[in-house]
Amino acid sequence: MTAVLEAISVWAIPVVVALVCFYAICKKVPVYSVFTEGAKEGFSTAIMIIPYLVAMLCAIGMFRASGAMDWLCDALSPVTNLIGMPSEVLPMAIMRSFSGGGAEGMMAELLETFGTQSQIGRIASVALGSTETTFYVVAVYFGSVGISNTRHSIAAGLLGDLASLLASVFIVNIMWF
Amino acid sequence: MMNYIWVGFVVIAVIAGGATGQIDAVLNNIFSFAETAVGIAMGLIGVMAFFCGLMKVMEKAGLCEKLGKAIAPVMRLLFPDVPADHPANSAMALYFAANILGIGNAATPFGLKAMKELQTLNPTKGIATNAQCMLMAISTTSITLIPVTAIGLRAAVQTESAAEIIAPVIIATTISTVTGVVFTLLFQKTKRWKWENVIEKEMAAGRLEINEDYIGDSPIVLPEGYNGSNEKDAKVSW
Repeated sequence: MTAVLEAISVWAIPVVVALVCFYAICKKVPVYSVFTEGAKEGFSTAIMIIPYLVAMLCAIGMFRASGAMDWLCDALSPVTNLIGMPSEVLPMAIMRSFSGGGAEGMMAELLETFGTQSQIGRIASVALGSTETTFYVVAVYFGSVGISNTRHSIAAGLLGDLASLLASVFIVNIMWF
Repeated sequence: MMNYIWVGFVVIAVIAGGATGQIDAVLNNIFSFAETAVGIAMGLIGVMAFFCGLMKVMEKAGLCEKLGKAIAPVMRLLFPDVPADHPANSAMALYFAANILGIGNAATPFGLKAMKELQTLNPTKGIATNAQCMLMAISTTSITLIPVTAIGLRAAVQTESAAEIIAPVIIATTISTVTGVVFTLLFQKTKRWKWENVIEKEMAAGRLEINEDYIGDSPIVLPEGYNGSNEKDAKVSW
């Protein structure tokens, strides 16, 4: 099972890259120049995230060094232990629903502190990748057409976020721990 | 919101650092993590550039349109209120296809267009329809094959096995989307959130506004002398 899933992870990007480029060249797309043109946008995406990363990494770094993070994690651990989740992941998971940049900064700090292949690092990565910033998405899209009564959208979105977190914990634990 | 969270982290860190005698570690982490943040962002440039390049190729090759056609039958099931010939269908198909392929930049305009098209099927100005809530349920729970940002951040910290999360993410995001969709279907039948009930409540509160651009065949008829919204800047309610 783990071997199959790891194979999918390893093969996904190379296969997509090859298929997309082959399909595009058959469609007479000037692949090389289109690729480099698109790659330029990558700079702005990466540079734009710097202020958020600095703000979040420094604040969380201070919070962790002071010992306050240990208190918070100790307080959370009775709940998170029930589902086999390291309590260190929970603050990031909560942030995920509110601020994409904030959650990315917190995940970067977890990866930096615990390593990308640690249980914490892997759960945080899967949880971050498998859902969207609920409050932001709802505000942007409903805001664009002037809808103010969003009915059950937030409730459904947050339950989706919770499901993604639980699924991340179970899948990572089954696959690697 | 973020203001309070951020200030909370910083102020508590300084107080706790003082109490535990770790204030020098707190100070050191400001500098070391500021540097780390920029280092991570620098590492992210290459990965992001590669994926943005690939996304552009997908876009130019018309893969969104192709995938959009393929997922159209599923969408008929999720959006029963949207007529088959309505332009919202193609806008949503493009939006979902762009999301699946991970083309974030291209997805947003498609999503805004889809929302705008769905608004033409909304008899009210300010209340989300079932179809609009379903569109949001799928967007907020994300549907993606390659989680570019998460992989990029992992690669920026350590290149080795940055992509090992792809299969788990595909499973987890499928579970979260199914959860979001199922709860949306359940919630839209509850007393609190049922369309008819929300309309009735808003009408009683005098906040209901009719959408003049509505093109469907069951418009809401307001009672004689009904005074629509007086509050132009109505607050967003979650």
